[in-house]
Amino acid sequence: MTKASIALNRFGLGARGDQPVPTDPLGWLTGQFAKYDPVPDVIASAPTSAGVSAELADYFRQQRALRAQQGAKPAAPPAAAAVAMPGAAPVGLQMGAQPVQPRTPVPGAVPPPGKDDAMRQARQFAQRTGRGDYAGAVGARATNALVTETPFVERLVHFWANHFAVSADKLEVIGLSGTLEFEAIRPHVLGSFRDMLLAVEQHPAMLLYLDQAVSVGPTSPLGLKIAARGNRKVGLNENLAREILELHTLGVRTGYTQADVTEFARAMTGWTVAGIGRGPGSAAAGTDGLPGDFVFAAPLHEPGDRMIMGKRYPAGGVEQARAVLFDVAIAPATATHIATKLARHFAGDTPPPAMVERLQTAFLTSGGDLPTLYRALIASPEAWVEQPVKFKTPWEWTISSMRALNVKVADPQVIVGLLNQLGQPTWKPGQPIGFDDIAGSWAGPDAVLRRVEAAERFAARAGNIDARALAPKLLPGSVSPATQTALANCESPAQAVALLLVAPEFMRR
Amino acid sequence: MYDRRSFIGASAAGALALALPPRMAFAKAETDKRFVFIIQRGAADGLGIVAPVGDPAFVGARGDLAADFATAAKLDSMFALHPELSVLGGLYTKKQALFAHAVASPYRDRSHFDGQNVLESGGTSAYQVKDGWLNRLLGVLPPTEAKAIAVSATVPLALRGPHDVSSYAPSGLPQASDDLMQRVTMLYQGDSQLHALWSEAMNTRQLTSDLAGGGGANAAATGALAARLLAPADGARIAMIETGGWDTHTQQRQRLAGQLKGLDAMIAALQTGLGPLWNDTMVLVATEFGRTVAVNGTGGTDHGTGTAAMLIGGGVRGGRVLADWPGLSPAALFEARDLKPTLQLDAFIGGAVAGHFGVDPARTMAALFPESKRVAAVRGLV
Repeated sequence: MTKASIALNRFGLGARGDQPVPTDPLGWLTGQFAKYDPVPDVIASAPTSAGVSAELADYFRQQRALRAQQGAKPAAPPAAAAVAMPGAAPVGLQMGAQPVQPRTPVPGAVPPPGKDDAMRQARQFAQRTGRGDYAGAVGARATNALVTETPFVERLVHFWANHFAVSADKLEVIGLSGTLEFEAIRPHVLGSFRDMLLAVEQHPAMLLYLDQAVSVGPTSPLGLKIAARGNRKVGLNENLAREILELHTLGVRTGYTQADVTEFARAMTGWTVAGIGRGPGSAAAGTDGLPGDFVFAAPLHEPGDRMIMGKRYPAGGVEQARAVLFDVAIAPATATHIATKLARHFAGDTPPPAMVERLQTAFLTSGGDLPTLYRALIASPEAWVEQPVKFKTPWEWTISSMRALNVKVADPQVIVGLLNQLGQPTWKPGQPIGFDDIAGSWAGPDAVLRRVEAAERFAARAGNIDARALAPKLLPGSVSPATQTALANCESPAQAVALLLVAPEFMRR
Repeated sequence: MYDRRSFIGASAAGALALALPPRMAFAKAETDKRFVFIIQRGAADGLGIVAPVGDPAFVGARGDLAADFATAAKLDSMFALHPELSVLGGLYTKKQALFAHAVASPYRDRSHFDGQNVLESGGTSAYQVKDGWLNRLLGVLPPTEAKAIAVSATVPLALRGPHDVSSYAPSGLPQASDDLMQRVTMLYQGDSQLHALWSEAMNTRQLTSDLAGGGGANAAATGALAARLLAPADGARIAMIETGGWDTHTQQRQRLAGQLKGLDAMIAALQTGLGPLWNDTMVLVATEFGRTVAVNGTGGTDHGTGTAAMLIGGGVRGGRVLADWPGLSPAALFEARDLKPTLQLDAFIGGAVAGHFGVDPARTMAALFPESKRVAAVRGLV
């Protein structure tokens, strides 16, 4: 690959067929920092977390109203039944006699006909709304990636959104998933890692996805009150605290212990979302702020000092966990973790150690200043090796194909369906670690076959494009003789376009 | 039917053993074996699947989550099976399902991703072994049996490695034209990675061309699809199915019930689809680690250690729960929170696979779990 081809494809999102090849590849990359627009029009008109949260809040209100209409409290509280069990139950269980608490419905709890239907319809409506918001956001992301003047910075936005992954699986997260990228990543992609980290961990999508919004300090004012009523189903949830340390900052096996995770989870109690939380803490969270706003709910916060990785964090409110975040944001382990992932993204599946060290130093000496880190990345010779170092992910391949064919608008439903078929549903990695960034996860036989199928469909709609002329614009100085011959021998222009999109040099970057 | 176990056990028959070909030959002679690995990604809660209802601490520790077992079928004096697993329960009664409990891979921390890496690579710590044990199993088997497929669009780590494997999941995209396919074949000839992938894709496509309308949208369809890929005489002998959604930090009772209903339907579809081959089939169900004994503040459980694994199929010596039960009293727990592992998952898998394919257990352990060499494979599983 030539320098121009590397800048366009490895650093950028692929060349557009209707734009000139950059004459100064390095300047083209660094020049994007000044041109980047955090809120281009297409993103500005996409769903916001405030809008999605208002819809969710409506739905929860409706649900509560329907439940209230069902009249008398449904059944005996199951928690009370469970608490009553321990003494005699095991014997009964062992003998297989005396079934314990058969869960037959209590007659009075049967809802009057019609209510169930209304509940179901409300739920279906909420799901449809969430999926509509999701598709709108995916469409906005894709359209922006097609027409952006700063494709290198946009690639970094995608990189960070995957680093701080949420997955659009739960009802509450489906519609919110894209807003995390638009509201917490985009404004900070050229700022500091610390600010991006804080924005992400206070975003409703993350607080709901990793269950932070339902975590209650066991000896917090609310925790004590609930415990006094005999409800044991309330307490700490360490999911977000763990993933912050393991995935977002320090990285796994970097010296923190289970006790550190638990202490951090205690410090985080009270971090929640207004209006759309669930569980016993939701009322405490909903008193101020609009639905979806980050709130610190003092009644949920576990009182006391916290000891985390040998440092004491004095008792306090929202600033206690924030102080922990600010410390881990600039820790050496975090620098190594981020440097390794960035090097893997730009220099190959096995990150070169010298490059990792250089990026880590840039991160540490600048206190996590991201443009400084990106400059060190651009200056790394390991990111400019001539052989393609990465097998494109389905997202990268799709966007680069559409850019190549001068597509300017992505239809939301089409792009959602296509990325599902190609195996990388946007913002839906299924796990908080995000999508893998190595060829082994994407270069499967079936995955390649699907790209060929999709390429033929793209080509059928591409209009009159001569792939022989297009190839050197997409891959300047980097089209192999074999590919040139194959394109020249095709039976139709459309077939040649399809073949170009799946040529070895276009499948990789 | 010839009983290989009693033959191996009969050490007195030295002269007879000399007169017969080595044991590998027996495996070759009965080569219709099929093996399916269903991985449960996200740490499945063994205590909520095969519940130790006879443990005096169970109901107290599990609260609401224990209620599902009030009417559940008992497996033995200690364990009961989650009521959503009705097909599995039936197979257990027919002695075609075996559960192992308090089992864990060598991994002892609580990261999903590291835990899955150990489970799939077969190492003793994360990222120490680069390829997967299921791929290395192909090297232990005779070439005719060494064909594996991932029932997903991409190849999971357990199946990655030096031996070629294919992958297949139903595609909603229209099939590309034959002429384009041929041109792609030619274009990829000079690219070793793409050539290998493309050859696999073409072979698989032929095998499954009549499946275009097949679903895959739910667990039963995936099970049926896997059965169709495994059933032909020249089809795959080994398949891997990935399942997610086991990370039940909240509302475990409803979520786990839904998961298990799907798993049960998947097993049923596999059995139905494989027909008479079911007698030669072994299905392994395993997860990276278990979940906390205590219920957390949100009706769920957090990352833990010991859990349950399953072996299902016509050849399995089932109808029992294999467990050296450590107990659930606070003092018996691992790090005061998790079910203490008393059985090595490596040894369990090694013993199951060796028994199923009739290969030497020590050799199997060395190939699949090179870092656990000193651990003896569990005997008597088939």
